[in-house]
Amino acid sequence: MLIAEGLRKRYGDVDALDDFELNVPAGEIHGLLGPNGAGKTTAVRAMATLVRVDAGRILINGFDVHREARSVRRQIGLVGQQAAVDEILSGRQNLVMFGRLYGLAKSAAATRAAELLETFELTEAADRTVSGYSGGMRRRLDIAAALILTPAVLFLDEPTTGLDPRARNEVWATVRQAAAGGTTVLLTTQYLDEADQLAAQISVMDHGRVIASGTPSELKRQIGRDRVTVTVDPASADALARRLPPVTRDGGTLTFEAGVSEVVRTLDDLEITADDLVLRRPTLDEVFLTLTAKETVR
Amino acid sequence: MSTLRAGWIITQRELAHWARQPWGPVFNLLFSIMLLLVFGFLFGGAIIVPGGGDYLDFLLPGMLALSMMFGVEGTALKMAGDARKGITDRFRSMPMGSASVALGRVGADMANSAVELLVLILGGLLIGWRITGDPGSAALAVVLLLLLRLAMLWIGIFLGLSFPGEGATAAVQVLVWPIGFLSTAIVSSETMPDWLGAIAAWNPLSATATATRQLFGNPTGVTEGVLADWAVWLAIGWPVLLIAVFVPLSARAYRNLSR
Repeated sequence: MLIAEGLRKRYGDVDALDDFELNVPAGEIHGLLGPNGAGKTTAVRAMATLVRVDAGRILINGFDVHREARSVRRQIGLVGQQAAVDEILSGRQNLVMFGRLYGLAKSAAATRAAELLETFELTEAADRTVSGYSGGMRRRLDIAAALILTPAVLFLDEPTTGLDPRARNEVWATVRQAAAGGTTVLLTTQYLDEADQLAAQISVMDHGRVIASGTPSELKRQIGRDRVTVTVDPASADALARRLPPVTRDGGTLTFEAGVSEVVRTLDDLEITADDLVLRRPTLDEVFLTLTAKETVR
Repeated sequence: MSTLRAGWIITQRELAHWARQPWGPVFNLLFSIMLLLVFGFLFGGAIIVPGGGDYLDFLLPGMLALSMMFGVEGTALKMAGDARKGITDRFRSMPMGSASVALGRVGADMANSAVELLVLILGGLLIGWRITGDPGSAALAVVLLLLLRLAMLWIGIFLGLSFPGEGATAAVQVLVWPIGFLSTAIVSSETMPDWLGAIAAWNPLSATATATRQLFGNPTGVTEGVLADWAVWLAIGWPVLLIAVFVPLSARAYRNLSR
């Protein structure tokens, strides 16, 4: 469980964190979303014991990040913006080294390394030097290193930035695997679809504070309803438009601001067969742009 | 996890690097040997040692001291590289003592330098360098060289932690040359213009070079002055002073990472 209260951090005359608040229950994947410079990285670094805040309190599983840093470090795994693994060593050597630094005996570290390599499909490349790994493989190794002690909280700071779509999918699968093991995940990202795909709860951050939070669908609902576009033969279009007024109409193509079920029910009632039916939800991008634009005006 | 044990594990990482990529340290060694050959044979004939003596015998302890000093580069480079790649942050997010990272570096670089020293000494003996001092003195000379390396190590840790940018690392790589050459490592300070000679004599590198020359029983090139009389004490005092200054500075730089 992760609680941050009233965090403040000032760099020069910029408030990187300005009364930042966050509450993530155990086992949740929480997305921290925001534009560049919103303070996401500072927030993660503060929660992962790397940056000391000017004011506020952070508790991880009940331990205070500032006063009980050592205990907190036993509970967390950190995956920073770059893959922080030794490039000269092999994947296995990396995991064994980090395992021993976490206090595991040599043999226990070797066993754990083998397990993680297997889980993250790195067994084949385990004994090759990391400098030959692809971006996605490095990231997976990086995440594996953060999971050696099965942390209570895993921090991921923009884990897929710079990865190709395939590697991105691999990393997403890795994060889901970690969460399935009971780990609480806090993930920062600039990619809205990433938050949408992974996170149960999202906090949108701008100018050092959380400006909105909720599930992805709650956030989307704040912005507008679903839109359904149907294409029917022109003869039926008039009848349909009379029953259910569309927001836009272009010949036989009508767009409604309504749920899919409502549109389908109407079509059934009128015994109209649709040639095409498309549901378009407001994207998280729209939510995000709307929220951050408001914030800028404010 | 005790700080020392964590430091040792981080040291082992460096040893594993040697096994994976032996060319790095080997290339470093070749560079030192090249410098030795260039000065020993190419320039050596033109250099006169004040107070008499063979130039190669004068040069060798100077080269050993110089290679210890140049070690500052490698230390700063590796500290800065780990900081840039986020490896230092990963270490900092793990449950181990805050001195572990620096101690790991100390262990790794001292091991590196001990091997380098051994190879250079054997190489020197092979091309005609003679140790005429007694074994005890010669051993003390080796200890003084390693003490200089330890001081350079802490300077390197401080620099790498404080200035992790690639530009800063390049600056260190350039600056070691004038600082290294403005000493008695390669030529005697008595052959320099007076003011320059005075600066060179106060270079910590000169103290170690002159002290090891005395202890190995080689010509020192200094016939009078503080350096001639107090070389061994200076070769102890300078590094100890530098360590006393740069250990707390490094600790502060490490703490400042969480700013």
